[in-house]
Amino acid sequence: MRVRIAYLLVVIFFIFVFIIFYRGLSNSNLYTPNTDIKNIPEFSSKTLLKKETVNSKNIFNQNKFYLLNIWASWCLPCRDEHPLLINLSNNNKIEIIGLNYKDKLSNAEKFINELGNPYSLILLDSEGTKAIEWGAYGIPETFLIYENKIIKRYIGPLNLKLVDEIKNYIK
Amino acid sequence: MLYSSLGHYSLVFGLITSLPIIFFSIKNFKNDEVLDYKIITFSFIQLLLVVISFFGLIFAFVYSDFSNETVFNNSHTTKPLFYKISGTWGNHEGSLLLWLLVLTLFIFLFLIKSKNHLKKYRILTLLFQQIIIIGFFIFLIKSSNPFNYIFPIPDEGMGLNPILQDPALAIHPPILYLGYVGSSIIFSSVLAATTLNYISKNWATHIKSWILISWIFLTLGILLGSIWAYYELGWGGFWFWDPVENVSLMPWLALTTLLHCILILEKRSILSSWVIVLSIATFTLSMCGTFLVRSGILNSVHTFANDPERGLFILTFLFLLIFISLLIFFIFHKSDNQKINSFSLLSKETSILINNWFMMYFLSVVLIGTVYPIFLDVISSQKISVGPPFYHKIIVPFLIPFLIFMAIGPQLKWIKAGLNNKSHLLILFVISLLISFLIVDSLKINFLVNTLLIGSAFYLFFITIRDFFFKKFQNIQQNISHFGFSLLILSILFNNIFSNELITNLKVGESFKNDKFEITFNDLKKLDEKNYISFKGNFSIRENKIEDILEPELRVYNQPNIITSEADIKTTFFTDKFITMNSVKNEEYFNIRYQVKPFMLWIWISVLLISLGGLMSLFKKNHES
Repeated sequence: MRVRIAYLLVVIFFIFVFIIFYRGLSNSNLYTPNTDIKNIPEFSSKTLLKKETVNSKNIFNQNKFYLLNIWASWCLPCRDEHPLLINLSNNNKIEIIGLNYKDKLSNAEKFINELGNPYSLILLDSEGTKAIEWGAYGIPETFLIYENKIIKRYIGPLNLKLVDEIKNYIK
Repeated sequence: MLYSSLGHYSLVFGLITSLPIIFFSIKNFKNDEVLDYKIITFSFIQLLLVVISFFGLIFAFVYSDFSNETVFNNSHTTKPLFYKISGTWGNHEGSLLLWLLVLTLFIFLFLIKSKNHLKKYRILTLLFQQIIIIGFFIFLIKSSNPFNYIFPIPDEGMGLNPILQDPALAIHPPILYLGYVGSSIIFSSVLAATTLNYISKNWATHIKSWILISWIFLTLGILLGSIWAYYELGWGGFWFWDPVENVSLMPWLALTTLLHCILILEKRSILSSWVIVLSIATFTLSMCGTFLVRSGILNSVHTFANDPERGLFILTFLFLLIFISLLIFFIFHKSDNQKINSFSLLSKETSILINNWFMMYFLSVVLIGTVYPIFLDVISSQKISVGPPFYHKIIVPFLIPFLIFMAIGPQLKWIKAGLNNKSHLLILFVISLLISFLIVDSLKINFLVNTLLIGSAFYLFFITIRDFFFKKFQNIQQNISHFGFSLLILSILFNNIFSNELITNLKVGESFKNDKFEITFNDLKKLDEKNYISFKGNFSIRENKIEDILEPELRVYNQPNIITSEADIKTTFFTDKFITMNSVKNEEYFNIRYQVKPFMLWIWISVLLISLGGLMSLFKKNHES
């Protein structure tokens, strides 16, 4: 009798684990924009190139639009959307901040050397924890920010249509 | 084009071949006394078809056939041939094809190598293995087909992730998969043996070689991954407790424990439940790893493109296997005739059993650390990331008794208490603690834990060295592995404790001196390269009258105007020296970061020693039989 209860408990345990994993899978599916965070999370981070530590309070504090772009040198779609970001960086109503995600420093620098630097500041997230704070789904991912509020988020690479949309916002 | 279709059709026919295999197996299971030769033939055909399919994919990569979606996504015409080939398994679809290849190869080898065993047992093992094989075939063809066709055909591929273009990483997946998938044979064989009540000393001897084979490959696979992380990721460490690293460590812990249990089973016919549960655990943990990595449920350096449909398939398949094995275990398993407590408290069995529990503890810590963030996310939508401090705090203190039991265990006898003439055990323990005390005393670190930890690691170190001389090579393979393990722990500890870092600003001609070393900035060479100007610094570092020259580099690119810094690493027998320099704004001073990482090389060597022990054990066994 006792043995049977033990067996039953084991089976129940595994069913529980299955359900959790199953939910976990569909969770990442249902992970849609404009839920969760509205305000930008507070953090401090080292920066690429200038090698200094900055606090998020001092980044998004001016009265203009900001675009936070999460990228990595190993991410191919990031490479694709990069020219669009460079194009956008010529617009002085918006400032583009990069968040370099789980990358090797020298590769990240190489990437910027090769393709140009649209970012006014590149924050480092070598462990991927800051991207989690932002609730990022994956890379690339881009957040449009105004007055410390996230007004729009773009999962996946930007394209011409989305860039036009961003230009519309900041007009 | 040709190679892709060839690959695709062999894959489909490979799946169909499972039908005659299962048909003849079931027919043969009831009837004849000898194994039907048709079964082996069809298994061979299946293997051959998977091999053809695999080579089809390799050729598609070699000839840069971009009509193949996998090739398009992961290759490029300008890539060196070596990385074109390794690109075959550097992606989700190709790596699964490699899984399948190893699955079919191992079951074929198993059929040939198990001639002396019961026919029913061989057939049943084949049938269980076929369940796994069919599962992977369907998964591959349905949701991750490596031979998908794209039209119009692109001119150029997307290229392989540069971070993956590294020799250590090119061979890391195949070696690791041999370990992972090798455990499938153990899994199928255990299920068959449990069903037929065939678990015996004889069976233990036979399955031991399979355990050793997967164990060796798994150990080497983890080592290669770690070497890659150290040199390529350049964060200066070798183990980051990244979920995907953990996922390879968990089957290793289970397999190592299983290896020790099978020894007891072989000698004493006890602990059969341990053996069954661990065999099931090893393979399901490997599968669980595949699930975690491939489904995108975890985010990590290693994650392949995430696709929930794939995740769902592996998840369902994984739990199907778990329930089949639980069912078999509950219904068919009969506990050992001899009771567990039929041996003395101070015997080899006890010490192995105690360390088994420690291993299970380490395993659960890693398991919880890896999957807990998922649980928390699902239940409370909180996102957390479990990092090294968690693992260090929870695992490190328990290493102390673990190391001590590991040292004493092999000195004891089977069954009986045997501590006569063992005064050296105590003497060596006192010596180890003394040495450790002297080392730790001069440092400003947590005194008690470190003294005990280094002391117990030294204890194992000395005892294994003593055994090399006194035991007359009786059990040399175990001795080497345990020695390697003590060396590993010592190297990691010393690497942590004695790592040194110096950050200072210097200009040419200046030197900086502290109590440990003196850095002199000798020279700065300016070279004009194609698209950048290189400033190569020449530093001499004097430490205990030894002088080293290191040459870090600073690159100033002209378009756009950006400065990058290239480190210089010098690996020697006892330490790695690592230097970087950076410019300080508008001054002739440079910021110098110099790191000394002792015993890096020894970490790699000790893991090699651990697997060498396994390899010797494998050959010794084959030699005897």
